[in-house]
Amino acid sequence: MDAICEPNVHLVEEDGEMILNMGPHHPSTHGVLRMILSMDSEVIRCLSADLGYLHRGIEKIGESIPWQGFMPYTDRVDYLGAMFVNHGYAMAVERLLGVEVPPRAEYLRVVADELNRIASHIICIGSVTMDLGAYTPFLHGIREREKINDIIEEWCGARLTYNYMRIGGVSFDLTPGLKIKILEFLDGFEVFVQEFNNLISFNEIFIKRCAGVGTITPEDAVGYGLIGPNLRASGVDFDVRRDHPYGVYPELDFDVCVGRGIKGEVGDVYDRFWLRIEEMLQSVRLIRQAIERMPMGPIMGKVPKKIKPEKGASAHSRVEGARGDLFTYVMSNGTVNPHRIHIRTGSFNAFSIVEKLAPGMMIADLVALFASLDIIAPETDR
Amino acid sequence: MTAELLIFYFMAIMAVGGAVCVVLPPFGRNPLHAALALLVSFFFVAGIFVMLSAHLVAVLQILVYAGAVMVLFVFVVMLLNLKKDELKGARWTPWKVFGVGAGLVMFTKLALAVVVVTEGETPVNLAAEGFTGYGGIHDVGAALVTTYLLPFELTSILLLVAIIGAVLVARRQTGGAS
Amino acid sequence: MDLTFLLMTLLKIVLICFVFAMILGAILTWGERKLSAVVQDRIGPNRASILGVTALGLMHPIADMLKAFTKEDFVPAGANRFLFAMAPMLAMVPPLVVFAVVPFGPGPDFVIAPLDTGVLFIFAIGGMGIYGATLGGWSSNNSFALLGSLRAAAQMISYEVSMGLNLVGIFMIFGTVSLSNIVLGQGQLLWGWLPMWGIVVQPVAFILFMTASMAENKRAPFDLPEGESEILGYNLEYSSMRFALFFLSEFVEIVVIAAMAATLFFGGWQIPWVDPQGTAGGWITVGQVAAFVGKVVFLCWVQLIIRWTLPRFRYDQVMALGWKYLLPLSLLNIVATAVVLAML
Repeated sequence: MDAICEPNVHLVEEDGEMILNMGPHHPSTHGVLRMILSMDSEVIRCLSADLGYLHRGIEKIGESIPWQGFMPYTDRVDYLGAMFVNHGYAMAVERLLGVEVPPRAEYLRVVADELNRIASHIICIGSVTMDLGAYTPFLHGIREREKINDIIEEWCGARLTYNYMRIGGVSFDLTPGLKIKILEFLDGFEVFVQEFNNLISFNEIFIKRCAGVGTITPEDAVGYGLIGPNLRASGVDFDVRRDHPYGVYPELDFDVCVGRGIKGEVGDVYDRFWLRIEEMLQSVRLIRQAIERMPMGPIMGKVPKKIKPEKGASAHSRVEGARGDLFTYVMSNGTVNPHRIHIRTGSFNAFSIVEKLAPGMMIADLVALFASLDIIAPETDR
Repeated sequence: MTAELLIFYFMAIMAVGGAVCVVLPPFGRNPLHAALALLVSFFFVAGIFVMLSAHLVAVLQILVYAGAVMVLFVFVVMLLNLKKDELKGARWTPWKVFGVGAGLVMFTKLALAVVVVTEGETPVNLAAEGFTGYGGIHDVGAALVTTYLLPFELTSILLLVAIIGAVLVARRQTGGAS
Repeated sequence: MDLTFLLMTLLKIVLICFVFAMILGAILTWGERKLSAVVQDRIGPNRASILGVTALGLMHPIADMLKAFTKEDFVPAGANRFLFAMAPMLAMVPPLVVFAVVPFGPGPDFVIAPLDTGVLFIFAIGGMGIYGATLGGWSSNNSFALLGSLRAAAQMISYEVSMGLNLVGIFMIFGTVSLSNIVLGQGQLLWGWLPMWGIVVQPVAFILFMTASMAENKRAPFDLPEGESEILGYNLEYSSMRFALFFLSEFVEIVVIAAMAATLFFGGWQIPWVDPQGTAGGWITVGQVAAFVGKVVFLCWVQLIIRWTLPRFRYDQVMALGWKYLLPLSLLNIVATAVVLAML
């Protein structure tokens, strides 16, 4: 492995190498991403990451539509975690305008966020197992996610692109029947996690495939700008919900899970997998508390009909999304349209570290690593 | 001409034909096609063994040669993936001359043996004379570990040496890279 | 070699290879989908129907076959056309030929060719299955398929060794490699009450044999040559009936493995304590054939359920398992069997 790997340069077949074009249409890239691999039979010598297949110019679109009108576009940034981008954008504009969000809306946001977090993490751990060849756990996960989709559909009318939050509050209140449904789901979900763990998490083959594979050191994790579960799995104790609190999170009781290397090393594929399972259980705790403590009251704050912040004003927000620290920046030019919107997401950085980790790995491990980083293709480009 | 003889000639022609196809075009041009032609040859040789009531040898012929040796050949050919122009430069080397010589010697010896054995003898139908186990696993096995014990064990040592040699070669290659 | 013998043999070939093996293989494609659906909390195939009869989705194999026959037969550019066409046949034929020596019932009437080299014949012909997978991948002119075929060749060769060695214990106990005689031997009783089935006298060999043969058949957890999430498989470029042949050969091979395991470890056509010599005739013989088919179906089910439970190994792990664990264990098993037999 002393051959120097220079991504994007190393694209010709050198002695004994084979170029393998993985993607943009490959079952394990989970979307349209492309990796060009220089292979020494099963071992990867060099990997060049290639993206840009899903660039839709969402941030630019935002500059030509009114402030409220951008909300549905935020759904499309990250199709598995639409709630967080909703939340981040709403919060940024609220800070820009100085709007007060009613407490009930804040609690509703927590419930919606955490339900979405569970749904997103299920897909991530499911795709880890599926990419390792176990199809059954993935579909068990999909079954649980389907219940969340049903709940959110009944709640706000959409199953994937929720468009639930509004600048100054949320769009729909929680009906008493739905509240019972959520609690029932949570009871069943804990049973599901037990079953899932027995089926796959403690499976000897699965542990052998994951433990010690694709280890990211804390220094690398910080250096490459990893966020969220990927960062915490490497042993860096950072969670926006606790360290830069927003909404009503300071009033709720939850633990920040950190990778401990329970089967292999700290920051390996198994840690990232296990951390997401632990985080889902924390989300269950959060939802229970939020539903219990939710006060009555309005769900929308006082927001002017026509949002027209003063020229040059800017604000930002940080939300702990399913893929981590979701940073939203908005700037006004004094008209009804935003001057600039920027959303900083995690998948781009997560994808960039694959280039560093891949050399010397086997192609089967690359697939596991890729799935465990929870890279969502549209999120890399926006 | 009995049916048996017809079948024998068919098998013999296919076996020799397969062997010829290994080296001659159009099959000989492509290493993989040549390997498959050799495979066909193996199968028909096994068929001839069956006709000689050497069932065990026939099965071993397929098991070892067609099932293991040829697979490795195919494996190597696939890995090397030789281009056509790399194959054109076939020249006479001392080793090839030596190989052809050895082949000719072997052929003459075998032909002589066949002529000597069959001369003046009438074919015996062993099965009709009650040799039910002839060529079967029991008899061949017993012969291997009694009469022919020494050659059998020597062959084993030869194989062991080959295995150790292969491991050594593979080790040296990976050792040099790291 | 008279005409009736020839006709009987032809009839047996048709009945065993084409009726039993192919139809069971086709039903298994349905079985796998339905079983996976049950395992995964889904409904599974239930739409295809003939005149409104869906029969739990059993019409799906017919629909699949029609689809496979009518699809475009695509050959990728730069493919080696000759080998590309040969490979599916090379994959399909060996598993069918193997049935020649499997005894379906007592006596020589229920086996196509009662060879005394029975098990060796199965290994010899079964080993030919490698060519289908390797040549199919190589001739497709695709890097992913090439990786798949390399994996297939390496894996199948490695596991063939321990697969054969696992059975040596059985040969030593029953003193024969003929499948019919092994089945007869399993009719004996241990201590006067326990049927001397292979799984009773060689439990370790059974587990090792099933592991090795599932690896040989390239099915999960050893489905690396297909590895649909990594390299998409050696049969990646195949379409229509050629792909269906690869697919069907895998299922026929499931039946082969089940039939071998049933014969060697589950007493073949033996029903415990009933007519161990197989001379009774009449309904008892019918029952014995049914017992064999029942055992085969059960062992097929075992293989399917494993497929839908376990994740996939990595390439080096498969090699390590085959050479460092299965092979020494099967050698140990032989030594242990020899020691026990010598002491008795």
